[in-house]
Order: sequence, then C-alpha cells, then structure tokens
Amino acid sequence: MKPLNRLQMAWRAGQDITDGMVVNLGLGMPVSVSDYVPADFDVVMQSENGIIGVGPLASANAADPDLVDAGSRRVTLRPGAAIIDSAGSFAMIRGGHIDVTILGAFEVASNGDLANWDNRIPDKGPLVGGAMDLAASARAVWVLMEHNTRKGGPRLLERCALPLTAVRCVKRIYTDIAVISVTADGFLVHEVLPGVSREELQARTGAPLAFTPDCRPLETPAIALPA
Amino acid sequence: MAIEKRRATAAEAVAGISDGSTVFISGFAGAGFANSLVAALRDLGPRNLTLVVNSATHRLSNTHELIEAGQVRKVICSAARGHDKSELSAFEKLHKDGKIELEVLPQGTFVESIRAGGAGIPAYFTPTGFGTDLTTGKETRRFGERDYVLEPAITGDVALIRADTADRWGNLTFRHAQMNFGPAMATAAKLTIAEVRAFSDTPIPPDRVQLSGVFVDRIVTIGA
Repeated sequence: MKPLNRLQMAWRAGQDITDGMVVNLGLGMPVSVSDYVPADFDVVMQSENGIIGVGPLASANAADPDLVDAGSRRVTLRPGAAIIDSAGSFAMIRGGHIDVTILGAFEVASNGDLANWDNRIPDKGPLVGGAMDLAASARAVWVLMEHNTRKGGPRLLERCALPLTAVRCVKRIYTDIAVISVTADGFLVHEVLPGVSREELQARTGAPLAFTPDCRPLETPAIALPA
Repeated sequence: MAIEKRRATAAEAVAGISDGSTVFISGFAGAGFANSLVAALRDLGPRNLTLVVNSATHRLSNTHELIEAGQVRKVICSAARGHDKSELSAFEKLHKDGKIELEVLPQGTFVESIRAGGAGIPAYFTPTGFGTDLTTGKETRRFGERDYVLEPAITGDVALIRADTADRWGNLTFRHAQMNFGPAMATAAKLTIAEVRAFSDTPIPPDRVQLSGVFVDRIVTIGA
C-alpha cells in the first residue's frame, strides 16, 4: 500500500482532535489539519499573530489584508473569535493554554527532542518564528512529518543531529507510514501502514521501536493531493 | 496647551530620528506594517540603525528598503529567511557578506522582551529556547520541574506602528490582526509614531481604546 500523502497525514492527525480543544497549527502541512476537523466541533484555532478562532481561508472577494494568520494567509474568523496582540498571544502559548500544537519537523528524538527550525540551507537566513514557544509550552506537541528524508535517512532518531527547537516536548508523531507516541521508554508504535512489516519500520527508524499490544493498521482515506 | 499629536505628513512624523537609533517596526504576516513611516525614514536617511522587527524579509513590509539603502547595522528579529528559495533577499546578501549583524529570538521571547522593556522589567525567565542554540551562553535556572532561560528586556528609541484610528490624544484602535507587536513596541520606545487609516475628531470611546495615547507621541493619517 502507498504511503500516506500529506493531506492523508493531516487527516490522520485531525482524527485525534477532540471537541473544545484549543489548537495551534504550524505553517506548511499542519494547517491542512483544520480541513479534517468535524464541522460541528467547537475547536479554537489559535494563530501566533493574535487571531484566536481562525476560520477557513477567505474567498478571493472576501479576503482582507488585515485579516491574516501567522502564515500570511487571508483567513476568516469563526464565531466566538477574538483578536489580541502578540504579547497576549504568546502569554496564551507560554502559559500553557494551548491544548495541542501540531508542527512540521525535520527530526524527532526518542526522548521527545524536536528539531524543526533550522535545516541549514547555505546563506539563507534563519526562521524560528513561534515554533520554540509552541514546542516548549503547548500542553501537547504533535509532529506531522514524513518518516524518512528524501534520501531515505531516518527522521526518528536517538538524538537529533539538527539544531533543537525544544527539548523533551514531542508527545506524538504522525508519519506517512506510522503513528508513534513518545514515552519515557522511547518510541511506541500505535499504527503501521498495511504492507510495512515491523522489521521494515524498524529499519527505517533511527531508534528502537516498541509496539502497542493492539497495534493497528494505519487507515488510508481516499484523499488526493491537488493536481 | 491642548494635547495635539497629529503631524501633517509621514516626513514630519519621523523628523529627528537620528543615526544609531534603535527602531521598532510593527507588523506581522501582512497586517499592521508601518510602511509609510518606514518609507519616510528611508527618505530621511539616518544610518547605523538597529531594527527590532519580527521579520527582516517579509515581502509585504518595506523594511527591506532600509536594509538595501545601507541604513541598518543590526536586526533583532524572529525570522530572517527570504521568501525566494533561489535568490537571496537584501538582508541575506548583506548578512552573508558580514555587513549586517543579526540577533534571532523566538517570537514569544522577542515580544515578551519588548513588553518587559516597556513595563520596567529589566529581564525575565522563560522556558522557551532552553537547551537550544538560540540561548547558548544565557543564564538558566530551574524553577520546580522546569528549566528556564534569563532573557534581557529590549527598549528602543523609536517605534513605528500602524493602527486603524486615532484621536488627538493619541489613543488608538486597531483593525483585525493589525495590532500584533504595536502595543508592546509603543510601550518600549522613547518616541512612538503611529500611522493610521483615519483620524477621529471626537474622542475614541474610552472602552474601545486598544492602546492608550500615553504610549503614542505622534500620529499621521495615511488612509487605507
């Protein structure tokens, strides 16, 4: 079976969002998670720029340059939204008022260390943004990333090689072939893509894996990437 | 004498900003950039500036014009990566050649340091960045079960901010996500200059004021 595409990965993470959560979605793949949260849930999407209650993207004629999320996307507001300043927004983040943040990553270590801010592109400037605050202080940090690098190397490691975003923070990892949690004893696999054996999954991972007694097949909904 | 903070033009509003100033520039993600004031500052031409701005490279901000004009010695920001993957931004070129200094802070630390600076707090402990390259060499301390980093406050000479409406007392309202760094920066600068869409001849209703005019020194009406 084919590995999950990025939208299928976002769908899978979206299945674990529960009604009433306050959620911050990182730039890139994680923002797609909001498309897979049931419409009748009251989920408060927080954006670092101070929008508390981000709704769907604005249509072209409703787009307002002053109504943007932290990724510069023109958005709408959900009923019940509030707009605050950046100091207040980061008080919300640092003070532990965000139930879950879903972030992209380059690497995650088996102790929960996260590396997602500097992939060392020569001469390009650094881009840290709000990731360090979110990773350090959200009540749960979930990571959405491909299981392996483009060259096939592992992204789940004993220790991160890239600069850290925060230490011991990641609780869960959704990859294109598995759902894995980070426990005091290291990586624990909850779901694996059908057709990927435990041995293959282990071979593609840079740290020891344990498997839950009821380890399940990873679902693959029919969601195609846009052409 | 009655309080009157209005200035007729952006040029008058930025008059007197001198070489070596530390300048805050508000704006984030396209909302609230004080672009008219930044353009006027470029025309005024002070050099050796330290900019405190969330992004050194945002494509909708005029910050790059100050950088390209060689007026900037140092940037304190949370993002300095140009939009274009194949071509370096003005900031990245100068930084690569060692011609501009860079201090990168996590965004929450960036704004909290400014907030603290404006609130009379010289330094504070934060959990953000502990154990990362961005806090190497900084003092750390354990409180309870967690480790924290001591971060110094940031204060500056001038803040250039964007708001929606102002009255003659300098009270401001903001539209949607325009507010972002504006209020914190206004408190931390010796001189705060606001460009606004519209001036209100009547006082803004007190409970609708989002930033007190105590923190705002000059206002210029720019339009939408």
